Amino acid sequence: MELFNLGIKSIFIDNMIFAYFLGMCSFLAVSKKVTTAIGLGTAVVFVLGITVPVDWLVQEYVLKEGALAWLGPQFADLNLEFLQFIMFIAIIAAMVQLVEMVVEKFSPSLYGSLGIFLPLIAVNCAILGGSLFMVQRDYTLAEASVYGVGSGIGWMFAIVALSAVREKLKYSNVPDGLKGLGITMIITGLMGIAFKSFIGIAI
Amino acid sequence: MSTETLEQPVVKKQAEPLFSKRRRKFVMDPLDDDNPVTIQVLGICSALAVTVKMEPTLIMSIAVVFVIVFSNLATSLIRNLIPGRVRIIVQLGVIATLVTVVSEILKAYNYEMYKVLGAFVGLIITNCIVMGRLEAFAMGNKPWDSVLDGLGSGFGYAWVILTVAFFRELLGSGTVFDYPVFEKIGLTHIQNNGLMVDSIGAFMVLALIIWVQRTRNGYVEH
Repeated sequence: MELFNLGIKSIFIDNMIFAYFLGMCSFLAVSKKVTTAIGLGTAVVFVLGITVPVDWLVQEYVLKEGALAWLGPQFADLNLEFLQFIMFIAIIAAMVQLVEMVVEKFSPSLYGSLGIFLPLIAVNCAILGGSLFMVQRDYTLAEASVYGVGSGIGWMFAIVALSAVREKLKYSNVPDGLKGLGITMIITGLMGIAFKSFIGIAI
Repeated sequence: MSTETLEQPVVKKQAEPLFSKRRRKFVMDPLDDDNPVTIQVLGICSALAVTVKMEPTLIMSIAVVFVIVFSNLATSLIRNLIPGRVRIIVQLGVIATLVTVVSEILKAYNYEMYKVLGAFVGLIITNCIVMGRLEAFAMGNKPWDSVLDGLGSGFGYAWVILTVAFFRELLGSGTVFDYPVFEKIGLTHIQNNGLMVDSIGAFMVLALIIWVQRTRNGYVEH
């Protein structure tokens, strides 16, 4: 039940986009069409769901103070936490490479439409942010997995919803200066207000 | 804007002066016409996340300028040694190393601020501006040009997030750099706007800045 609660919380209340502004670059750039948005969203769920638990393992058994004790007593007081960023980003880059290969093999059309944005998942702050928050909040392995998948789904919800709004937006008369990025930010803000209504949900 | 562009050093045997017109463009363009945040839509995440107050925003700006300039320099120096296929990893390695340095310095000298900024210092790694400049500029240009380009993009990013932070702190908490402005000038009846402290205020303020800036430059996105 705790885990389920955490999942719901990471999807709606601690939403990556509306609460922490993570992954905004691709959120704004790839949200012009619903189909592309779903594709990228799926990729993000997949990558987040894998990297957060993997990063948890690395943090727990390699980086943390005294984590290397399993290698032998002489390693017991090593603290490699300063390597955290480099390790995490390397793992993420490797996982993205993996997803890219899988997508290219099984869905060439999706691969074509995601194009340049697939490698960009590596620099999607939502992915690295997920891992860093996981460390900050001292999750267990199970919690980390749920949190990874949950925040991925939350991110996907946000981008799919935004792209649906933007598809309709083509037919409206927006002031010149606000076209594109400006109006998208305002819509995101309004959607953020809607997501605020989930605060306090607990199951 | 930055003072170093104003002085013209006397360099004798150089084909191009240190701050030639072409080079000045590298610094000036990202400040306005080609701003990384408002025009190129990069680095939005941290532009919104840390801008509740001026002070963390200032620290963040300094950190980002430092990381952009030095990662541009380092990448430009080794650009001919990097094999094309692994360049993303190499670039990420360079950035991650510099961010680690920043984070350790911050932890040592200003632990309070480190707590406030939290994960967002680490997230400079995934700031698209840094990555974008390395990929688009430093991989194909000489070191000094890359440093100037980094300065330009860094300051272009800095002024935008400082402006966002100014309005969010002023309207959300009634202060600027924790100095109670409204209280001091006798406008005590002005209520703090909770939305400004919240994420929604960030979106709105940035949208308005983009609107003003693009209208002024006549830039229209299609």
